[in-house]
Amino acid sequence: MAIDIEDARKAAHLARIRVREDELQAITRELSSILVFMEKLGEVDVAGVEAMTSVSPMQLERRDDQVKPGVGRDGILENAPQVRAGFFVVPKVVE
Amino acid sequence: MTDSLNGLTIADAGKGLRRGEYSAVELASACIQEIEASPVLNAFCHVTGEIALDRAREADRRLRQGEAPPMCGIPIGIKDLFCTEQVLTQAASRILEGFEPPYESTVTARLRDAGAVMLGKLNMDEFAMGSSTEHSIYGPAVNPWRSHGSERHRTPGGSSGGSASAVAADLCLAALGTDTGGSIRQPAAFTGIVGLKPTYGRCSRWGIVAFASSLDQAGPMVKSVRDAAIMLQAMSGHDSRDSTSARRKVEDFEAAIDGDIRGRKIGIPREYRVEGMPEEVDQCWSRGAEMLRQAGAELVDISLPHTSYALPAYYVIAPAEASSNLARYDGVRFGYRANLEDGDGITEMYEKTRAEGFGPEVKRRVMIGAYVLSQGFYEAYYRRAQRVRTLIKEDFDRVFTSGIDAILTPTTPNSAFCIGEIADEDPIKMYLNDVFTVTVNLAGLPAVSLPVGLDSEGLPLGLQLIGKPWEEGDLLNCADVLEAGADFNKKPEKWW
Repeated sequence: MAIDIEDARKAAHLARIRVREDELQAITRELSSILVFMEKLGEVDVAGVEAMTSVSPMQLERRDDQVKPGVGRDGILENAPQVRAGFFVVPKVVE
Repeated sequence: MTDSLNGLTIADAGKGLRRGEYSAVELASACIQEIEASPVLNAFCHVTGEIALDRAREADRRLRQGEAPPMCGIPIGIKDLFCTEQVLTQAASRILEGFEPPYESTVTARLRDAGAVMLGKLNMDEFAMGSSTEHSIYGPAVNPWRSHGSERHRTPGGSSGGSASAVAADLCLAALGTDTGGSIRQPAAFTGIVGLKPTYGRCSRWGIVAFASSLDQAGPMVKSVRDAAIMLQAMSGHDSRDSTSARRKVEDFEAAIDGDIRGRKIGIPREYRVEGMPEEVDQCWSRGAEMLRQAGAELVDISLPHTSYALPAYYVIAPAEASSNLARYDGVRFGYRANLEDGDGITEMYEKTRAEGFGPEVKRRVMIGAYVLSQGFYEAYYRRAQRVRTLIKEDFDRVFTSGIDAILTPTTPNSAFCIGEIADEDPIKMYLNDVFTVTVNLAGLPAVSLPVGLDSEGLPLGLQLIGKPWEEGDLLNCADVLEAGADFNKKPEKWW
């Protein structure tokens, strides 16, 4: 399915990726060509076919609900772009 | 027999180390020297020389004590997708700039514990999305193979292109790759080496930067089928930290290689004879089939009717999973954060960070993924693709139930193309490189690519053997017979 500029804008917003106005045309074209390519799937008769959610027929295991040692706060914060007093710092979220 | 230490196979180096012909330190040093002399290949993105020498010294100690496992002292490269403790891990992306994981992935930890010597991290397509290693923050990796009389750089394929280039150019004895739609097998085919994608669930995915979780598998990229068996052995096994890793006994893969495939049934799928495939690829395929027949296997014409739907199904499912997996790159917890302007809120931080941090192919796939999962399109695209995936797997189930032991196909529809040959504006053309490999990921099967010959331009051509789930041993045995028949044994002429 070919999409228009508004659809591309929506996809970019859903993906939380800023796209400049002058890039939108090209992105619309690229996304359209991929979506048109996917249309081939419409040819397949999928009536009564189950959607695959797991490729190997196994049950996911459950583990005991136990506290185990992890990387720890300092280890987790080590790679953060901005840290203060043991917390991640982000722009103001609540007015 | 090769004359340089870095040109050895794992199997031969293991023997030499045990006979005391050379030390693990000498092996590692030979590789590091070669890496430093080969910057034009752009295969390694971070070299960890000190770690390598430390581990090599420790390996020499274990070897002297006489209780060293087969990977002990073997110098390897690690794809930049594997988290390595306190060693830069960027998945070839700007968004993971400076990321030094506080933990080690299960697969690299297993190899480390088995005594393997990490030489450094290897170039790749950003987040493993690509088939040419051109989508990398480090710039493209280069194939050591060139066509006759040409100096143009060719791609080593992708996404594990740095791994393939490094192994083909003897910068290391072996390398780790990952394969979501062909990212081990296609580069292996383009560079004349052996690459194995194991059964989904064979190797733990814990600590591997996730792309499409239902398709991703780690695997060895090596110089012989036997080496693939040895390295896979050290990587395999259940891991409680990956809920999809299988709780199964791991057989002895190397012991399964006995060279006897008499009576084995090899399927030749008619749907893989695609339009526009070069005559040479077709001939290579027929030659490979004939080698297996001469070794006593029976060739059977088979049909996998949903093959042509695999690529579109893959390019719905993989981006959908990627859009979810890559949501974590938000500029808060690790890696890159965009410079913000006064008044920018949290949404601007996300949007600017991701716009500046992701490359064009990753952005495309994340947007496509978000789109096919969005309200109104989820049923038409994503749900339908999952149903088609079931049909693709049933094609294989039917064939294996009918008595086929393995399936032989070309690995790629062409040999290595030139860097820059496929324009970025034409993503579909790049996707077509995966036409013979994605089916295997969708069905969760093991498959190996091995070099069978050179085309008229002097570039390697690979064939793919697809096996039954969990039967990597049997698959590698067939591959070993094909390897012996092809007697490829060729190295790129050194120009770099």
